[in-house]
Amino acid sequence: MRVDFRRIAVVDVARHFGRRKALSHVSFTCEAGDIVGLLGPNGAGKSTLLSILATLMTPSVGRIEYGDRGLLTTGADVRARIGMLGHDLFLYPELTAQENLMFFAELYGLPDAGRLVELALERAGLTARRHDAISGFSRGMRQRVALERALLHEPRLILLDEPFTGLDQTATAALVSRLQERRQAGCLVILATHDLDVASGLLSRAVYLRNGRMVGADDAIGGLRDRYREVIAAAAAREAAAARH
Amino acid sequence: MGNFLRVAWLVFRKDTLVEMRSREVLYTTLFFAVSVVLVFSFAFVKEGRAPDDVAAGILWIAISFSGTLALGRTFERERYNDTLRALMLAPADRPALYAGKFLGMVALLALVELLLVPLVGFLFAAPIFSRPLLLATLLGLGTLGFSAVGTLFAAMLVRVRSRDTLLAVLLYPITVPVMIAGVRGTAALFQPEPDLAMAQLWIALLAFWDVVFVTLALWTFEPLMTE
Repeated sequence: MRVDFRRIAVVDVARHFGRRKALSHVSFTCEAGDIVGLLGPNGAGKSTLLSILATLMTPSVGRIEYGDRGLLTTGADVRARIGMLGHDLFLYPELTAQENLMFFAELYGLPDAGRLVELALERAGLTARRHDAISGFSRGMRQRVALERALLHEPRLILLDEPFTGLDQTATAALVSRLQERRQAGCLVILATHDLDVASGLLSRAVYLRNGRMVGADDAIGGLRDRYREVIAAAAAREAAAARH
Repeated sequence: MGNFLRVAWLVFRKDTLVEMRSREVLYTTLFFAVSVVLVFSFAFVKEGRAPDDVAAGILWIAISFSGTLALGRTFERERYNDTLRALMLAPADRPALYAGKFLGMVALLALVELLLVPLVGFLFAAPIFSRPLLLATLLGLGTLGFSAVGTLFAAMLVRVRSRDTLLAVLLYPITVPVMIAGVRGTAALFQPEPDLAMAQLWIALLAFWDVVFVTLALWTFEPLMTE
């Protein structure tokens, strides 16, 4: 059965690691064509939520609905429609750019993998360095290869964890442009970031997290940095008041 | 089945290519294995003679210790760039990913044994060529059983902080049957008059444990790897 990914619902999701609550009762929905930002300070639960959305982790409570399917029924067909770029880049530094992309193209069972890899290298602007080991690339070049690796199979759900870290302005602009192109193609992009300046021009929705709790959500149009400060400060004040009582 | 084998082959080929580029795990494992055998030879060999049955024990100690080292280093590589998560995210049978890593470990240990067995034969005057096929079968089956459990545990512990300690703590007790069968079977072959019946009994037991371990590992890999 093909999973549509037109809509994704995070329904009352919580995740505990022993006694520590990494996520607590988070709920929101998003739809194809959205670029959703998970915003919050370190330890807010952004990466945990991305791992749950990627099916790499199961929620302790709650569920994720992909279209009309719950997480419990996920399998290879769901994973085939998900592309993830982690904070670590999911690349083998000993292998060349071409070998990395070819390995993942074959692993995903993509037909005409050679041509897809050619196109991916072209989009990454690395055709001339295809035979160079990833270990010799700059952070920006690695990020470009990693992004193309994540998008090789044309996923409908794209998950990105701190994708702008360590990128210069040109590389950031290229990444933003690529994500907008995917959004126009009807993909759903969910990214965790601290870079509010870049995010404010990119996101269509923002979900604010603090200490594993969802403390707000809005349409992320204009003034994102100010709203982020307000929402997080208000959540901190509520937590402090609750702790006093 | 075709898809399972395809994915296992891809992972095995990738691991081989990565190792051919760095040679880090092979050299470390070989150096450690040879060191173990040399240290034991200094301790046990007097006037060119070693006590009975020592050679078999030392051979399997070297295999299991260097195998543990190789398991740790192989999965450290997958942890370093979080590539194990990339593998788990692929729409491939997760047991096939396990099978690919498992085959890589078996191939690596087989290479180590190619050097280790002649070295033990030379230093401990062990008759390694008296029944070469039976010895190869024992070593092959023992390596399969050890790698089956080791690959599963090393993958499972890859994100745990004290993974190196835990790997040894979990791996050695569970692979005791493999080690006992390996040592006793090899000792039976290394006697001046090889005890073929005894060696065949231990080979049968090793084959049984291999079936149990590989089946359990393939069955439990997916649930154990889902956090």
